[in-house]
Amino acid sequence: MADDLNELYQQVILDHCRKPRNFRVPAGAYRTAEGRNPLCGDSFTLYLQLEGDVLHDISFQGSGCCISKASASMMTDLLKGKTAAQAQQYFSQFQTLVTTGAMDEEAMGKLCAFAGVHHFPMRVKCAILPWHAMLAGLKGENSVTTEQKP
Amino acid sequence: MSVQPPNWDTLRADFPILAQQVHGHPLVYLDNAATSQKPRAVLEAMDQFYRRDNSNVHRGIHELSRRSTEAFEAARERTASFLNAREPAEIVFTRGTTEAINLVAYAWGARHVHAGDTILLTEMEHHSNIVPWQLLAARSGAKLAYAPITGDDGLLDLRGLDNLFDSTVKIFAFTHVSNTLGTVNPVADLCARARRRGIVTLVDAAQSAGHRPVDVAEIGCDFLAFSGHKLCGPTGSGVLYGRRERLDDMPPFQGGGDMISNVDYFQSSWKEIPHKFEAGTPDIAAAAGLRAALDYIGAVGCDNIARHDEELAALALEKLSRLPGIRLFGPRQGHAGVVSFLLRDIHAHDVVTVADQFGVALRGGHHCNQPLMKRLGVESTARASFYFYNTAAEVDRLAEVLLEIQKFFAA
Repeated sequence: MADDLNELYQQVILDHCRKPRNFRVPAGAYRTAEGRNPLCGDSFTLYLQLEGDVLHDISFQGSGCCISKASASMMTDLLKGKTAAQAQQYFSQFQTLVTTGAMDEEAMGKLCAFAGVHHFPMRVKCAILPWHAMLAGLKGENSVTTEQKP
Repeated sequence: MSVQPPNWDTLRADFPILAQQVHGHPLVYLDNAATSQKPRAVLEAMDQFYRRDNSNVHRGIHELSRRSTEAFEAARERTASFLNAREPAEIVFTRGTTEAINLVAYAWGARHVHAGDTILLTEMEHHSNIVPWQLLAARSGAKLAYAPITGDDGLLDLRGLDNLFDSTVKIFAFTHVSNTLGTVNPVADLCARARRRGIVTLVDAAQSAGHRPVDVAEIGCDFLAFSGHKLCGPTGSGVLYGRRERLDDMPPFQGGGDMISNVDYFQSSWKEIPHKFEAGTPDIAAAAGLRAALDYIGAVGCDNIARHDEELAALALEKLSRLPGIRLFGPRQGHAGVVSFLLRDIHAHDVVTVADQFGVALRGGHHCNQPLMKRLGVESTARASFYFYNTAAEVDRLAEVLLEIQKFFAA
């Protein structure tokens, strides 16, 4: 197996892809945002529960490739309890990570596993789809795609 | 008809692009339904055109313009004989199948489709044979209707078809070969049924032309469209065949130079067919390349290619059906060289990404068939599609790589 592949599909990514975390519809009130890449067939719904400025809970449902599903799973783990402003910062760091491979290990922790995506420009849109959906949810918009501009 | 089966290995050597390594492995190109590779003869014809003959068509008096015009019109004659059209005037050059279908939906539709009429399609159409008709329906107030398919085996359900042909149906547009399912539709029978009720027919031959014999007299269609780039020709070379009676009874598609006979400040008149549908400078080099491609394909023999495609598809279906948890789409018998599949718990894009690292080029996604994907209850499929330069060893390699992919994601 080629090195690039092992870098793309790191164990932690395969694990989250097989057993996605926060893969549920929350109880109580929530807002939703759709992330869809119809060309690939990736389609997710994100559920956000905001308490004031804080993401009290964030979860998702849907189907997609390993990269997009693991990205949604690890993003929801990371952002629970964070503020909207922090979520925006993480988004910027994640975007740099998957497009350039440059990582801030202290800030991103396990998500550094996605650094390998930058070797596969066609897959950047998969990794970043749930993140764009999350941002759309925070802004109160309800659907995004990353097929035109990742 | 070619009597001797061709030497496939010798033919493969005509395609320089195939002799390369991708990610350290020999390239196994199995994305032919998207576009085919080009033999040297086509590359050389286009190179020769630009080096020796390049000029504009139908307007210059000088020698180079004469040669360009001759090259362009010779390509039209070659295409007419390839399709067994009655005359070259029944061949309109377009950018591809998509533009050819849009031309019919726009120009024929403008005169013949009105509010209350029905445009009949099938559930297996490519977006290019759906969206132009949706635009026509929106402009005219006509309705769309779809002939159903049977399920995963992807056959057109012929039982209820005659009931769909009510008096409101003006045109029946359908594909010859499905780009996702590999189904080969009984086009001559479908055209005969429609014709008996006075319904005009359009055949989308994007996946069949150059892959099996396509004879418009035998098929009995009013219109037929195909793309040169899927049969060894260059991108930008597309063909609309139309029966003279139909083409004569249509307004122009686009206006501009080369399609007019006389222009006034306030009105103009058009040239005869096919020129009235070819506004502006056409892709002359692409036409020269298309002619070379049709000569090449003609020498190989479309009947031989059909047999080779079907043998590879049958082999692929047999090998792939042994993989645990695979879902195969399309007919079990008489499957064209397009095989779609899903591996359980592995998304098509992951399959295609990993296959690519082994040098195997597949397609993953909805294949411009979103309504069909919904009908099959899937988001996407992975697809292997063959042409005559593919080999049984490459099908073996595909099966081997898919097994590796299953191990990789199961580990």
